[in-house]
Amino acid sequence: MCGVCGCGQDHAHDEQHEHQHHDHQPAGHSHAPGLSPSRMVRIEQDILAKNNLYAADNRRYFGERGILALNLVSSPGSGKTTLLTETIARLRADLPLAVIEGDQQTSRDAERIRAAGAPAVQINTGKGCHLDAHRIGHALHSLALEPASVLFIENVGNLVCPSAFDLGEAHKVVILSVTEGEDKPLKYPDMFRAADLMILNKTDLLPYLEFDSTQCIAYARQVNPRLRVLCLSAKTGEGMDDWLCWIKAALMLQGIGYPST
Amino acid sequence: MHEMSLCESVLQVLEQQAQLQQFSRIKTVWLEVGALSAVEPEALRFCFGSVAQGTLADQARLEIIEIPGLAECAACTARVAVQQLYDVCPNCGSFQLRIIDGDQMRIKELEVE
Repeated sequence: MCGVCGCGQDHAHDEQHEHQHHDHQPAGHSHAPGLSPSRMVRIEQDILAKNNLYAADNRRYFGERGILALNLVSSPGSGKTTLLTETIARLRADLPLAVIEGDQQTSRDAERIRAAGAPAVQINTGKGCHLDAHRIGHALHSLALEPASVLFIENVGNLVCPSAFDLGEAHKVVILSVTEGEDKPLKYPDMFRAADLMILNKTDLLPYLEFDSTQCIAYARQVNPRLRVLCLSAKTGEGMDDWLCWIKAALMLQGIGYPST
Repeated sequence: MHEMSLCESVLQVLEQQAQLQQFSRIKTVWLEVGALSAVEPEALRFCFGSVAQGTLADQARLEIIEIPGLAECAACTARVAVQQLYDVCPNCGSFQLRIIDGDQMRIKELEVE
């Protein structure tokens, strides 16, 4: 049994935790005569410290095995799963790929991924609105990832909560489809701030819409000046090569490399 | 909705601390919540009440210390107050603001018995 989380599985947890140097001495006593004694206790602990501890475990796991982990976040219906099935179709001959699917209910997305030719684990969050690093850690045990591979984590469709939870990924990739409002980066700034790459998807629909891509990208860079942006249509394949090049570059920069074809 | 899981994380820390620091009941919890953190103080308050029910923090008072956003501008190096992540530097008009305070969510202190 895991001694830290008590979850029944045997996995390692990093004891080096960023807040361990804070002192935990009581700050003083404040009891008045005749009242039950109460005292003050200083904690100074990040609320997300536990999640961050699991994320550090996952990140080390990825680092040791040479796995590029990408956390795909978006609102529901932006085309994450189609982007993934199309990406798998184009990359599966070159390197091992795997997917962790997060949804509140059903395993429909994991089935689509498996049909596209990659192993997938479905996590149902039930009433939860995001994936956390602990659940990813358990999914990693059932996936048995190959070294020098890419792991895509398709987060729950939600532009709010997943921004706060580090899963140990190398990059958060936020996907926005042109059927949504171009001001979404301003309305949901936390997510666009947390991402390294924005994919503007469904560009094949642009002729039928009043979506202003330039304005959308400007809004996104207002929230996150370092954000990289790619425009593509997973359906028609337009722009998909740029996305594949980005993945290859990320593999190179992680020191994992890319098999020459 | 993730305020609920944040409250569950807070409670886990409290239960852990209760063992370490030998207390059995919590009267007050002070949280530091940054204006730029993805947390809504009112939602946190609402969730904390339900999560704490029947635990050592049942009926505990939740004091939220709101920390204002502070950023440093990469363009003009000014330190400026920010209300939103998409704010512009009031000094030079750049968006290159690096957040240096106000994005935290921390349990600061407890009153226990």
